[in-house]
Amino acid sequence: MDFEDSPEEARFRAEARAWLDANAKLKTARDAGDPLGEDDKTSLKAAKAWQAKKAEKGYARITWPKEVGGLGGTPMQQVIFNQEEAKYDVANTGAFAIGLGMCIPTLMAYGSKEAIARYVKPALRGDEIWCQLFSEPAGGSDVAALRTRAEKDGNDWVINGSKVWTTGAQFSDYGLLLARTDPTVPKHKGLTMFYLSMKQPGVEVRPIKQASGASGFNEIFFTNVRIPDSQRLGEVGQGWQAALTTLMHERLAVGGGTGGALDVPQLVQLARELELEDGPAIKNAAVREKIADWYVRSAGLKYTTYRTMTALSRGQQPGPEASIAKIVVASKLQDLSAFAMELEGEVGALTGEDGVENGAFQMGWLGAPGLRIAGGTDEILRNIIAERVLGLPQDIRVDKDVPFNKAPTGK
Amino acid sequence: MNFDFSDDQKMLKDQAHKFLSEKCTPKTVRGVYQSGSTFDRALWKQIAELGWAGTAIPEQYGGLGLGYLELCVIAEELGRALAPVPFSSTVYQFAEALLVSGSEEQKQRLLPKVAGCEIIGTLARAEGPGAILPKNIRTTFRNGKLNGKKTAVVDGMDADYAVVLARGSDDAGERGLQLALVDLKQAGVKRRAQQSIDPSRAHAELTFENANAEALGKQGEAWSDLNRVLDRAAILMAFEQVGGADVCLQMAKGYAMERYAFGRPIASFQAIKHKLADMYVGNELARSNAYYGAWALSTGARELPLAAAAARVSATQAFDFSAKENIQTHGGVGFTWEFDCHFYYKRSRELGLALGPQRVWKDKLVTQLELSNAA
Repeated sequence: MDFEDSPEEARFRAEARAWLDANAKLKTARDAGDPLGEDDKTSLKAAKAWQAKKAEKGYARITWPKEVGGLGGTPMQQVIFNQEEAKYDVANTGAFAIGLGMCIPTLMAYGSKEAIARYVKPALRGDEIWCQLFSEPAGGSDVAALRTRAEKDGNDWVINGSKVWTTGAQFSDYGLLLARTDPTVPKHKGLTMFYLSMKQPGVEVRPIKQASGASGFNEIFFTNVRIPDSQRLGEVGQGWQAALTTLMHERLAVGGGTGGALDVPQLVQLARELELEDGPAIKNAAVREKIADWYVRSAGLKYTTYRTMTALSRGQQPGPEASIAKIVVASKLQDLSAFAMELEGEVGALTGEDGVENGAFQMGWLGAPGLRIAGGTDEILRNIIAERVLGLPQDIRVDKDVPFNKAPTGK
Repeated sequence: MNFDFSDDQKMLKDQAHKFLSEKCTPKTVRGVYQSGSTFDRALWKQIAELGWAGTAIPEQYGGLGLGYLELCVIAEELGRALAPVPFSSTVYQFAEALLVSGSEEQKQRLLPKVAGCEIIGTLARAEGPGAILPKNIRTTFRNGKLNGKKTAVVDGMDADYAVVLARGSDDAGERGLQLALVDLKQAGVKRRAQQSIDPSRAHAELTFENANAEALGKQGEAWSDLNRVLDRAAILMAFEQVGGADVCLQMAKGYAMERYAFGRPIASFQAIKHKLADMYVGNELARSNAYYGAWALSTGARELPLAAAAARVSATQAFDFSAKENIQTHGGVGFTWEFDCHFYYKRSRELGLALGPQRVWKDKLVTQLELSNAA
């Protein structure tokens, strides 16, 4: 048991580091990092430039085959590259994550040769950005309940409806769309997958102002948007199977951070600085208990990630333990932030320039409800663990065998 | 990255699992509960033959010298089986105390006997409820004689030897403490069996009246030595706790799949599914923290005290939660004597207290964070 690279991994790490040295500078001071999802023209330009540079070397997507611009490498090599890249002061390429992580793999699985030749490389280089158009006002956790219609008209499909919580739609060129093509069959059977240009007439993107005040997501409205049948992915009515391919690729998000910048070290720092009724906060027994509780959760996750990486390093399929991360991180962020505000006392109500540490804990607390919902709510994630990891039966679904247009909606 | 046990270690774990699933079933535990005996002597004898007690004891002291990672995988299986034997007191505490503080002669004399399960050993710390603080230790060790009383000593009725936390001088603080090694089979030692929440882990009160004893380690270093022993024991015991917690989850799952209510298996209700998912999350976090502890223990890393505290807190929380929610998932039958659920409920709390409560370990953990933050 150790944390060392195998000789091959060490060789790859050295290669990656040499390339990064030649193309970027090491981070100097503590870097706050770019807030993701902000429509910032300059940072997007820098991101595209860095992405193109990585793509030339095959580093933009290490596990993809060389023929489509990848490196033909292993998941472990991707993890190693991510670890090394994180040490350098480079543009945040998060804007490409959904396209490359989910949309393009679906296109590669279901698209025509021509479509693959046309779209994969520009996406890999960051020249074109993709977003994922699944969630709807009527279909969040229950995404198969979506209502956006795609109706056949000659050789075209006409799209009407709306999508919501779409990350990055404001700067996306293309979207992967799941739409309902037959409302007279049960919900999972009437869906079809398409892709479409986000710049065409009838597509309207509006930012959503979140409870935190930020705008990282969008709602999208489709009004008589016309797309050719050649932009269909998979068979008509087989959209749910295609969507499962997309969602399966979410699992490869290994080696990233576990909860961002706000965690136990920041709380310990705050507790060292603050004075409470009975002395320094860090000496208060209640504070110490809380710090320890959150520390074992953070450390437990960190070493769970190491276990996952070990499986990758041994060329094995990672175990299901990686599925616990978001449940742990999101609640911890919410509770830890609220507790830090408690320590700050009345001043805890202040944020921004007036807040302690520029309102770091306040921002964490404001963002936490979103983290507990986005990408699978705490409740859906518990269902996933219960069903896919522990093998418990699905809940009884009253709409499963009912035609979609006859299923209860509550409205 | 190689943060997992090796194939050989996994094979050892499988062997231990196979052996214990045959020789130590819940019926074995029930047998100890009902016979009123303090442990299962037949099982202890078979464990002796397997040499498990000597897993991490160096060959020069009669052990197998395999290492701590090997001992960790065995510990997990013992925890899974709720093995009613004096393994943890003898191996994780007594043997470790000898390894940490013992003289060459003491190690030569006693460790081979530990490795062969010829003797049972334990650690005696508490003198009453509440915190164990240097200033509260009243047991004295002077001129080779031990006087005083220790309570809640695990396996105290059966132990041949104990390492006793005592006061060796007039200094009322940490510096005045001394660890004493005492042969319990002598006239100056009286034992009284105490009622334990877990009848398969017997506890005793030990009274020393001019008992002959010898110093273990140096005076003035007793408190820090003892903490080093507890750190090591905490990691090994965390594996027992992780094993027990996993069984609770499997039991709850098995029952929820079979039990029908309102016309469907109760495992299809989200109230049950989410409960089991939470058990899984806690158990995985505990397992990962325990692995890190195993790494620190096997390499003697600087991070060992922090790793030990995290492993201890995480494993205690996981086993407590899984054991109580296992009963809850079973409903009424889970609260009967006849079902096995209560064995785990009792053991989870017994292990959670045996090396000191969470409060103490959380405080240690934050002290380590403060130290590492200051560096």
